[in-house]
Amino acid sequence: MELLWDGLREGFRLLFTGNREVIEITIRSLLISGSAILIALTIGALAGYFLATQRFWGRNFVLSLVNTGMGLPPVVVGLFVAIMLWRSGPLGLLNLLYTPGAMVIAQATLATPIITGFTVASIQSLHPKLRLQIMALGASRWQTIWLLLREARLPLLAGVMAGFGAAISEVGASLMVGGNIKGETRVLTTATVLETGKGNFEMAIALSVVLLILIYAVNLVLTYVQQRERPA
Amino acid sequence: MPDVRMAVRDVLVRRGEHVILTVPHLEVWAGEVLAVVGPNGAGKSTLIQVMALLERPAAGSVFFDGHRVEGDRLPYRRRMAMLFQEPLLLDTSVEKNVRSGLSLRGVPRSEQARRTAYWLERLGIAHLARRPARSLSGGEAQRVSLARALALEPEVLLLDEPFAGLDPSIRESFLSDLEGILHEGRLTTVFVTHDRAEALRLGDRVAVMMGGSIRQVGTTAKIFAAPVDEEVAAFVGVETVVRGRLQSLADGLATIDVGGAAVQAIVPALDPGAAVLVCLRPEDVILEPAGLESHPTSARNHLRGTVRRITTVGGQVRVALDCGFTLVALITKQSLEELSLGVGDEVAASFKATAVHVIPRGT
Repeated sequence: MELLWDGLREGFRLLFTGNREVIEITIRSLLISGSAILIALTIGALAGYFLATQRFWGRNFVLSLVNTGMGLPPVVVGLFVAIMLWRSGPLGLLNLLYTPGAMVIAQATLATPIITGFTVASIQSLHPKLRLQIMALGASRWQTIWLLLREARLPLLAGVMAGFGAAISEVGASLMVGGNIKGETRVLTTATVLETGKGNFEMAIALSVVLLILIYAVNLVLTYVQQRERPA
Repeated sequence: MPDVRMAVRDVLVRRGEHVILTVPHLEVWAGEVLAVVGPNGAGKSTLIQVMALLERPAAGSVFFDGHRVEGDRLPYRRRMAMLFQEPLLLDTSVEKNVRSGLSLRGVPRSEQARRTAYWLERLGIAHLARRPARSLSGGEAQRVSLARALALEPEVLLLDEPFAGLDPSIRESFLSDLEGILHEGRLTTVFVTHDRAEALRLGDRVAVMMGGSIRQVGTTAKIFAAPVDEEVAAFVGVETVVRGRLQSLADGLATIDVGGAAVQAIVPALDPGAAVLVCLRPEDVILEPAGLESHPTSARNHLRGTVRRITTVGGQVRVALDCGFTLVALITKQSLEELSLGVGDEVAASFKATAVHVIPRGT
């Protein structure tokens, strides 16, 4: 138990004294996961809208793939991205392996099915004639997509929160394609694994606390946006 | 020559293998209210969605101001406005909802504000401007939807059963407000309903739709007085529709054998022996006690019959008689009491030859 209390005390001390390494790792985590979510949101919202509104042969099959994708194991994604970016692999000439770029790709791959799945459900929860009414008001194709996504913002933002949580919390894929290189590709999750392995519990605890606070803070902002203009 | 605002030609709509709508030709005239009436499932909503350019027919075209609509439909859609059965408001304030169409169409902000304020006021919902659309009652929400459509100042207004989702108590005020607005602005309107009373009230012309096609188009008076076939007759409220055979014809006045009784009616040229359908609206049948029909009246038809069924709805009573065929009369409750009619009583029914509508039958 002493280990735990010592660790907690030291961890908070590291935080409050503004340890440089912790700050650097935190900012990198935010940038990588933030970029991943932006990419996942763009692809996922449009794909979800398309899946929800167009009838095509094989639609149910694709939908079941998306739903499966929501529970994709991060190590599997890591393996797949690593193979793609390997020097002798198909995208090897991009030289992205062991860079933050590779981590963004891996995290975006993880988050996209989640956001797509939530978008399909959220668009389908709208009144089936709403799209027709919006078109009748004179909306162009893009205006229609924007308005419907905005109407479905509640469940959609829930999807973004779930996607961001998945991206920033995962460690397997980030280790495999990032390499946990100090100053380059070390993020909160991968650094915690390293420090725990070395027995530096104070550092590991500090990093974990930051991760928890970060996830909470992002969700707080998104929840505020989601619930705006909605008196009970 | 009427000024044709919109027309539909040779339109065909399929769902899977079935053809659910066939319209060879329909015109909408400038300034009129065209009511499209028919039972549920007749294809009315599909037709209006094709006209709104929201649904692409498998064949045929829509014409707007004489131009065939092809290519990009958006500019044409931006000249129309449509109201559905449900309000379908956006999840924002009432005012922003009314503005939404205007902002989509790129109307300048000051103009948006002016029109929004005007129509909110005009429909009596200005006090709701800041409220979230979610918090409105059904009637209020439908008014917002109407304000949103009218603010667009469309060249054609399309309404798909706009009153069907409203409580009967608010339907009347909504209907009469709309009636006032449509006639005052001479707004070209196409309005779909399954309620023939609404069609009668709001429509200048009526198109009766059944089973995916238009059976008859004409002024409201014409349709209700002279339905083109049995199904249309039944739908518009002609309740006595019986088979007969033409016996003789002189000076336009025909005598028709209906179930052994002789009915006189005005008909166009028909051959004796022709099979016909005889149609009579219950409002046109007068009942009197049997045995008093001695003095002449201008009604050419006097028949004796036995009361078979009496049904009361509100202040009106439907009396079904057996005169050799089933004849339905509509009388007031007071008359029922004064005549002290009961099932099984003998009664005399009279009606004018001009009230009888005759439809030639195939066989």
